[in-house]
Amino acid sequence: MSTRNGQGGGEEYEHYEAVVVGCGPGGAAAAATLARNGVETLVLERGAEAGSKNVSGGVIYAEKSAPYTIDDLFPDFRAEATERPITHNYIHNIAGEKVKTFDLTEIHENDTEWADAVLRRRMDSWLETRVHELTRETGGGVLTGVRASGLLRDDGEIIGVTTDELEPITADLVVGADGVNSELAREAGLMDWEEPDEWFQGVKAVISMPEGAIEDRFDIAEDEGETHLFSGDLYEGVRGGGFLYTNAETLSIGNVFHLDSIVEERAEVSELLDTLLTHPLLAQWIAGDEYEELEYSAKLVPDSKKVAHPSPTEDRLVLVGDAAGQMQAQGPLIKGMNHAVTAGALVGEAFAVARSRGDRSQAGERYVQSLYDEGVMEKIRPALYDRSRSVTEDRRAASFADRLVGSSVGRAGLDAMMRAGIVERLYNSPRMMQVLPDTATPYATLPTAIAKRHGEPIAEENTVSPPSLEERIGELTYDTDIGNPHIVVEDESWEASGAAVTACPVSAKDFGGGCYREEVVKSNGHEERVVSFDSQPCVECGTCAIVADTHWEHPRGGKGVEFEQG
Amino acid sequence: MHTAVLTKGVPDFREGQVSFDEDGHLERGKTPTVMNPNDKHALRAALQTKIRNGGDVSLMSMGPPGYGDVLREGMETVYADDLYLVSDRELAASDTWATAITLATALEEIGDVDLLFAGFKTADGETGHTGPQTCWCLDWPIITHVIALDVDEDEGTVRAKRLVEGDIEEVETVEAPLPACIIADPEFAPSYRQASHRLAHKDLRAETAERAQDHEAHMTTWDHEALNLDPDYIGLDGSPTIVSSVDPIPKAPAEREATMVDPEDSEGMNDVLEAMAPFAAGEAGDSRAAGD
Ligand SMILES: Cc1cc2nc3c(=O)[nH]c(=O)nc-3n(C[C@H](O)[C@H](O)[C@H](O)COP(=O)(O)OP(=O)(O)OC[C@H]3O[C@@H](n4cnc5c(N)ncnc54)[C@H](O)[C@@H]3O)c2cc1C
Ligand code: SF4
Repeated sequence: MSTRNGQGGGEEYEHYEAVVVGCGPGGAAAAATLARNGVETLVLERGAEAGSKNVSGGVIYAEKSAPYTIDDLFPDFRAEATERPITHNYIHNIAGEKVKTFDLTEIHENDTEWADAVLRRRMDSWLETRVHELTRETGGGVLTGVRASGLLRDDGEIIGVTTDELEPITADLVVGADGVNSELAREAGLMDWEEPDEWFQGVKAVISMPEGAIEDRFDIAEDEGETHLFSGDLYEGVRGGGFLYTNAETLSIGNVFHLDSIVEERAEVSELLDTLLTHPLLAQWIAGDEYEELEYSAKLVPDSKKVAHPSPTEDRLVLVGDAAGQMQAQGPLIKGMNHAVTAGALVGEAFAVARSRGDRSQAGERYVQSLYDEGVMEKIRPALYDRSRSVTEDRRAASFADRLVGSSVGRAGLDAMMRAGIVERLYNSPRMMQVLPDTATPYATLPTAIAKRHGEPIAEENTVSPPSLEERIGELTYDTDIGNPHIVVEDESWEASGAAVTACPVSAKDFGGGCYREEVVKSNGHEERVVSFDSQPCVECGTCAIVADTHWEHPRGGKGVEFEQG
Repeated sequence: MHTAVLTKGVPDFREGQVSFDEDGHLERGKTPTVMNPNDKHALRAALQTKIRNGGDVSLMSMGPPGYGDVLREGMETVYADDLYLVSDRELAASDTWATAITLATALEEIGDVDLLFAGFKTADGETGHTGPQTCWCLDWPIITHVIALDVDEDEGTVRAKRLVEGDIEEVETVEAPLPACIIADPEFAPSYRQASHRLAHKDLRAETAERAQDHEAHMTTWDHEALNLDPDYIGLDGSPTIVSSVDPIPKAPAEREATMVDPEDSEGMNDVLEAMAPFAAGEAGDSRAAGD
């Protein structure tokens, strides 16, 4: 019951100097920096607790060249919120049951101060507590279970946010740190959800390990950890790769694929996860008799090379992290959390400076300028890539490269390069990684060729039998907003929305318990292929916002899926 | 704003907690005491007032020393600032009238209370009299069946939405000068539509969780002498209510027999189906008849 508000006219609304939407790494960094500069900061997070909605691989990097890293902002971060330091890195090129492994430690260590494996529920909920302490001092704080539903405008100008749970709020600065599928970015017209080739989809499982098994099987100490990447022919032409990261007592195993490739190949993404989990190469680490999957999860990942916004600001709104497309996937590197942190801190700094100069409206421009000055833009959307793409992604060039790798001339060259250690060096070259094209060559053709000619056969047998999709959904926790679905399919025809039946990570052809199902409707003697939809098992990955014709929103605060690992 | 909330301990009637003797009498000694469930609505209403209007909340109960735990529970839920327990052998067997006189005297002793909240019926007595009678003793206006509440401190008034005759279909809005007494309905829905309210709520939760660890330091215990109460008006002597007799509810005569069947056991399941067949056939017969 509100008596003062809701009467129109900005001056009647509750006001904070800054409102930050989202308490992931980007929002946490922005809020902490704002609060340290004495800015009254309110953080709105839709999850019942920060992290309960979030998924990453994930390895968080602290880059030497970055102006801000997460432990700069949160000094106890590594001791309190991460799983394991990452000390060794490998890529496995797979052809059938033959594997050729390269050491990638060098590229991982390039510009890396440290890198730790994380699970997002633990990490983000820890950040939430710190951020609340810091922002509360300023008169703000963190509110969970509150979803920003849109932008509040006055005469067309963005002046704040609307939410499902509270009266509208005005602010001098609105930070959209609401992640991939940012509703604020879309509403501001800064991002769209149209092209599948601008996104990746990540799907992963967290697997529990017996005590001491990680140390034994990976032959590492308690303060060491590994990343393993997988590429080659195991995904039957779907462009992308697999990963395995060691946590404290669990493993994170998953795939990241180009979304356009998932759609084109009609790939069943949960089955592709099983392909990785049951590959003989993994038998050295996981065993069928003790296999216990703690959580199945999925989320879209923006491709910064294509979508990092060159100027992510509009009026009082600024975007950071995935919301601005600042997620760098170049070759085997996946770096989103660190860039979200840097961008968040730069926003905080920009606002503090603008405020001290008496012109808060300059914060957005200052922030964008600092993204360029600090080299963030160059990393996430390298000019080099833009220039080289027209050549390397040209179809003829790509198929020539593929044929070359397969030809005897190409094979001889590859052999020579292998002997000289050039391939491993190339994998470890940051420059090479920046210009890698999005074609099949680096993901499948080349790794397969390498493994075929130089790989060792794997003797072990993988006995893992992963749970069914139904069992995976059954293990997840949901607080369903009954009667209020957050996704509405606007065009049920197969042409418009059929791609979601396979691309949705909790749906599959011939599976009745998922979100999207194929149906044949008979009317007047002819048959029509359509999709039917149920939002209940949705894991809010964002895929069908892009590949189907939907009206897509996040659920209300606290509703929907709740990840325990992330 | 200074608000006070009346609460009471009752036997925990939840399955598995409550004990009855052979004759069906409640075994108070063996049944744990918990806060009267309906008092939670009063606590929620008081909390909303504290969050939206600030000030202190005093939580008061009359009963045996064991009610201290009920007050601690209340402290955690209502984020109370201080606790008052009126406890005295002389007060034993008070009816609602004697209780009301005692509580009203205690509230006057606290002083400066602007708003008094009481629950809607207790789970053991079910009379719903104590709140209104206490209010009558204080000579304050009373608003019952309240589902929403807004205090205007400048005007010194409270405005409430209440269910007319306890009917969810009919809601009226009434206003009363402070001090006043509010009986919260189970339908009471607190509303925190401002970020600052939710932030205050979070602060209170953290503070009070700590305070409740050591709730006795915040508790004042009074006996009848401390309150200067005349023994003739309190306890059994001051209770005009006479309970003539209590009739036990007779046990249901039905006797049932259950056989456990494992759904994996196909023979067992067949037996079940067979046993159910006559009932199914009966229904089928009916619907056929209806369709004819
Ligand atoms: C499978 C997979 C593997 C990955 N691996 C890595 C890796 O190894 N290393 C790496 O650095 N990155 C990795 N990433 C990417 C990384 O997870 C993201 O780049 C990073 O989380 C972005 O941070 P953010 O703060 O911008 O957004 P997020 O972390 O997504 O946080 C956004 C927050 O906003 C909240 N929110 C959203 N909408 C609203 C709303 N309307 N109102 C209120 N709150 C809202 C969300 O609940 C969430 O808490 C991976 C991603 C995936 C999916
Ligand atoms: S319904 Fe859409 S958002 Fe939900 S899990 Fe499936 S693809 Fe992802």
